[in-house]
Amino acid sequence: MKKNQLLEKVIHGVFLILGLITVGCVLLITVYLVVSGLPAIQKIGIGDFLFGTKWASTASDPKYGILPFILTSIYGTAGAIVIGVPIGFLTAVYLSKLASPKVKSAMQTVVSLLAGIPSVVYGLVGMLVLIPGIQAIFGVPDGASLLAAIIVLAIMILPSIIKMSITALDAVPKEYEDASLALGATPIETYFKVSVPAAKSGIAASVVLGVGRAIGEAMAVMMVAGNVPNMPNSLFQSVRFLTTAVSSEMSYSSGLQQQALFSIALVLFFFIMLINATLNFFLKREKE
Amino acid sequence: MNKTMKKMMVAAVSMAMLAGCSNSNSGTNGGGTVTTDGSTSMEKVIGALGEAYQQETGVGFTYNPTGSGSGIKAVQEGRCDIGLSSRALKDEEKESGLTETVLAYDGIAIIVNPNNTVEDLSLEMITKIYTGEVKNWSELGGKDGEIVLIGREAGSGTRDGFEAITDTEEKCQYRQELTSTGDVITTVSQNENAIGYASVSAVKDTVKAVTVDGVSPTEDTIKDGSYVVQRPFVLVTKADKELSDAASKFFDYITSADACDIITAAGVVPAYKEGK
Repeated sequence: MKKNQLLEKVIHGVFLILGLITVGCVLLITVYLVVSGLPAIQKIGIGDFLFGTKWASTASDPKYGILPFILTSIYGTAGAIVIGVPIGFLTAVYLSKLASPKVKSAMQTVVSLLAGIPSVVYGLVGMLVLIPGIQAIFGVPDGASLLAAIIVLAIMILPSIIKMSITALDAVPKEYEDASLALGATPIETYFKVSVPAAKSGIAASVVLGVGRAIGEAMAVMMVAGNVPNMPNSLFQSVRFLTTAVSSEMSYSSGLQQQALFSIALVLFFFIMLINATLNFFLKREKE
Repeated sequence: MNKTMKKMMVAAVSMAMLAGCSNSNSGTNGGGTVTTDGSTSMEKVIGALGEAYQQETGVGFTYNPTGSGSGIKAVQEGRCDIGLSSRALKDEEKESGLTETVLAYDGIAIIVNPNNTVEDLSLEMITKIYTGEVKNWSELGGKDGEIVLIGREAGSGTRDGFEAITDTEEKCQYRQELTSTGDVITTVSQNENAIGYASVSAVKDTVKAVTVDGVSPTEDTIKDGSYVVQRPFVLVTKADKELSDAASKFFDYITSADACDIITAAGVVPAYKEGK
């Protein structure tokens, strides 16, 4: 008996330690980011850093303004949502309510595959197909632009939106729909006026998840956006995102430049925390 | 039990840290090791040489990527054995008692799309193109089309070298800043109006390297200096102070004919091809 109890305790302890590893990683990263990100913000000044419009980190008179990156990340993500959400949402309604079981399972497999494609592949295809395409269609000298990044991001967020919306729509009790149909509503009316409103928290959560995925993407965006720290004034401009600002200069950076890159990462981290908090809010509401 | 575990962990961690400290101490003392310090552009070539030397002789090797200026200063102050500079020494630096030995030459090719009809550019014209003064290929005798400037990210050695040679520092109007030589080449091969720069060794058939002032970038033209978009990789040592035993052996090794293959593999033209 005693031996068993001891074993229980030991195993309990092992699981606790394993759980704490994850928590520890999060804490470690947070603390490290804050500690290494704050000095540069202090040196540059928070106003100049967040609202400065010029980034020239290696110039003899360096400028560290990240407003172009912040705006690019916001515009890029918003653009991806504008394109990706209608497609993803309607696909989810179709798969959950209208499609035959065979079509549904086949298409869900494809959507899962889309989620599994590495982001560098998205970037490569974007670089070889999308950029020359934009160049030819819009007659611009170079296709690497905000628009190219938006299109790549819109495709990348589709799987998260579709999968999560399907789960939410599938969870709507059948009685709701039956009642609506019995009252004489057509199936389409039922889906959009009964099922979708009933699943709205889950669908909203899927959009937030998409935002999180879009704002955190670096590799694919780096390959199609052109990476020049311009203010994003046009869809066809070469732009740099928060993520790519960190990754493109990190390898050779030193001194204040490197510290400023950590500060950018801190800002990005802050954005993602905000998005996560929003996501949790929606998920909680759905449970209730 | 919890407390003892904590103590043990603290002990283990501090021991590990101590071990780490003592290791790095013996490294900087330079007893049996060679210490180098300087140019980040030389990272690839000096890293390859150091690794090969370490494998062959077992002598330790360290490289501190700080930049050419800091590397030269480090030799002056005796903080490292060999300084690395990706520019020739200035006269006042030589007067202060430093010697330069050219290890290799780094040629930077100016690349355009194979469909571009422009074959030759002068150095001055390249400067004008990159600063945005010349905007259309038709001004250079090519087809009508806005010139698309492709460059590397801030801090890249190739970008530093290119901008220093063409005198375009902080003035380049890039359309794209890419993070690798491969990306630059792919992008230029995709866009008829693009121009970019890349290490000569990396240039492939998918792009066309233009001649600069009539000289095409080859190993010979880079070595004899007639191809101007190039810079030397220099080993900086103190003239009045003899190198330590380990350092002088390393110095001889990397300037010997044996090291040529390694230097070539790192993408630059060795200065000592036929032996000294």
